Amino acid sequence: MNKAIEVKDLVKTYGSGETAVHALKKVDLNVFEGELLLLLGASGSGKTTLISIIGGILSATSGSCKIRGTEIVGLPQSKLPKVRLDNIGFIFQGFNLFPALTAQENVEITLDLKGIKGRKAKRKSTELLERVGLGDKLKSHPSDLSGGQKQRVAIARALAGEPHIILADEPTAALDSESGKLIMDLLQELAHEQKRSIVVVTHDNRIFDYADRIVEIEDGRIQDAETEKHGDGESLHIPTEMIEQGANA
Amino acid sequence: MPSLALKNLFYDKVRLAVTLVGIIFSVVLSSVQLGLFVGFQRATSDILFYSNADLWITSENVTHAEDGVPFSEKKLYKVLGSPDVERVEKQIVQFANWKKPNGADTGILLVGGNLDGGMGVPFKIVRGNIEDLNKPDAVMVEELYADKLGVSEIGETVEIGGFRAEVVGFTRGVRSFTTSPPVFTTFKNAQNFFGLPEDQTLYLVVRAKEGAELQALKTDLKNRVSNVDVYTRMEWTNKQRNYWMFGTGAGITVLIAAALGLLVGVVVVAQTIYAATVDHIKEYGTLKAMGATNFYLYKVIITQAFLSGLIGYAIGMSIALVVSYISQQGTTAIILPWQLVLALFGLTMIMCIGASVVSINKVTRIDPAMVFKG
Ligand SMILES: Nc1ncnc2c1ncn2[C@@H]1O[C@H](COP(=O)(O)OP(=O)(O)OP(=O)(O)O)[C@@H](O)[C@H]1O
Ligand SMILES: [Mg+2]
Repeated sequence: MNKAIEVKDLVKTYGSGETAVHALKKVDLNVFEGELLLLLGASGSGKTTLISIIGGILSATSGSCKIRGTEIVGLPQSKLPKVRLDNIGFIFQGFNLFPALTAQENVEITLDLKGIKGRKAKRKSTELLERVGLGDKLKSHPSDLSGGQKQRVAIARALAGEPHIILADEPTAALDSESGKLIMDLLQELAHEQKRSIVVVTHDNRIFDYADRIVEIEDGRIQDAETEKHGDGESLHIPTEMIEQGANA
Repeated sequence: MPSLALKNLFYDKVRLAVTLVGIIFSVVLSSVQLGLFVGFQRATSDILFYSNADLWITSENVTHAEDGVPFSEKKLYKVLGSPDVERVEKQIVQFANWKKPNGADTGILLVGGNLDGGMGVPFKIVRGNIEDLNKPDAVMVEELYADKLGVSEIGETVEIGGFRAEVVGFTRGVRSFTTSPPVFTTFKNAQNFFGLPEDQTLYLVVRAKEGAELQALKTDLKNRVSNVDVYTRMEWTNKQRNYWMFGTGAGITVLIAAALGLLVGVVVVAQTIYAATVDHIKEYGTLKAMGATNFYLYKVIITQAFLSGLIGYAIGMSIALVVSYISQQGTTAIILPWQLVLALFGLTMIMCIGASVVSINKVTRIDPAMVFKG
């Protein structure tokens, strides 16, 4: 399997001197194509910091982070937007939709960033919203949609960029379990059928079943045990019961 | 992107209204003030600007038209000696005292020219015939100031400088900058009213021969005639304007008000665009996380500023044009020449886009990692 994300010896220190916060202390992590990985950890353990660096919106202090083979640690700020645009889709706990735009227009923003406009953008955004089951909500504004529907718009928006990697921070935390499941079904399908790499940060034990692999981070370090689910999804995947496995695959 | 700028702009109607009110206020205030400035400027100098003369000859060091110093009419013949001079006439422009039919006094600006010369004579006549001015004591007055002068009909008689005068016609639209309305008459009558000695004049107005070079003629006349200043019509007009607008500080006041109007506009627009940017900061952060460059965000912000400016200007200028139209029915004209209308458009756009600079600064500094925060 190809590595979509390759993190090695990644260190992130916020601030310096006495007040320095060592958010990541030499983290190693690989994420493969077609894999849905759950990232668990207590509050403040460094989950958001880690996916922010992977997503190219936060610079690391040291170490290496390769996105589909391209090193992004040390890349100048001006180069990062393109890396994000070409590779990454973000999903947020709070959806982060543009309230003034309709569902369709929200999706079209990504297309616009990619230089796709006009009729082509209309067609593509319609397709994407249909794929997430919102074919009848094209003209709805976010304020008229339920939480689950908003998150599906956000997924369609992320997908519009055709990202190889989707990074989701607590995507189901604000949703009821029914909507949460729908979102996870969708993400799983994207991983398995479209071979995208999906990293989901979560506290939500209702969604553990969806993981191909679960990685736990504790106080800025990846626990050296990971759980891998094999094929039919029979194995256990609660972090405290993790099976020994080469943490850095 | 244009859709995001546009949609965000119209999404928050209250904020849009505040922004527009700010811009409209600014456009109306500054265009009315600048229009007043132009109106005042013209009011000070219409009698010179429309004098039909190519050159004005004054005593030395006269600063403005109402302050002429008498000189000998013999100089007229020296002027005639120049081969490039077609015609020379004596001219009077001077404050005088007007006694209304009811006996009350008021100041006027007496303008007396030779009808045959066709220079420094009444223009914009709406009632009466210019020939009637040839009658001794005949005057034409400006309709806009008819009330102030206490006359309304042809044939009414008043007193100017203690002499009887009869109204033989009315002009409309010849304004005065001072409190003294213009009153037209012949040079001869004006000489009487003003009590100017027979052989004296206040000004000479000159018509040059067809094709004569005015600057050369000016120099020639300066050499021929001693102790006078010679101006082209526009030079004299501008000297008059500058005296009243800047020599007296009247113009500065109006210009300061105009500048204040623009400043208020900049502040209001900057403030509302900034507030809108701060309110949408998470959206801008999201855009950045999605891969938008700073340049893309600038486009959104500048487009919003531009659109606000465009709408605000359109409404504000429409109001100003109506105000200008109405004002021109009265004594204080707000005049908006197309150059001013155009310049204000540019200024408004610069103001709006300039006002977005602070906001641009703000989005440049957005840390896209903020998107994951609460
Ligand atoms: N911008 C920042 N400046 C300073 N310290 C920070 C900053 N962002 C995060 N931290 C610190 O870094 C550590 C890791 O934070 P991070 O947000 O990655 O944790 P998390 O695992 O996502 O937590 P949560 O589950 O609460 O979201 C914490 O101690 C946090 O206080
Ligand atoms: Mg977090």
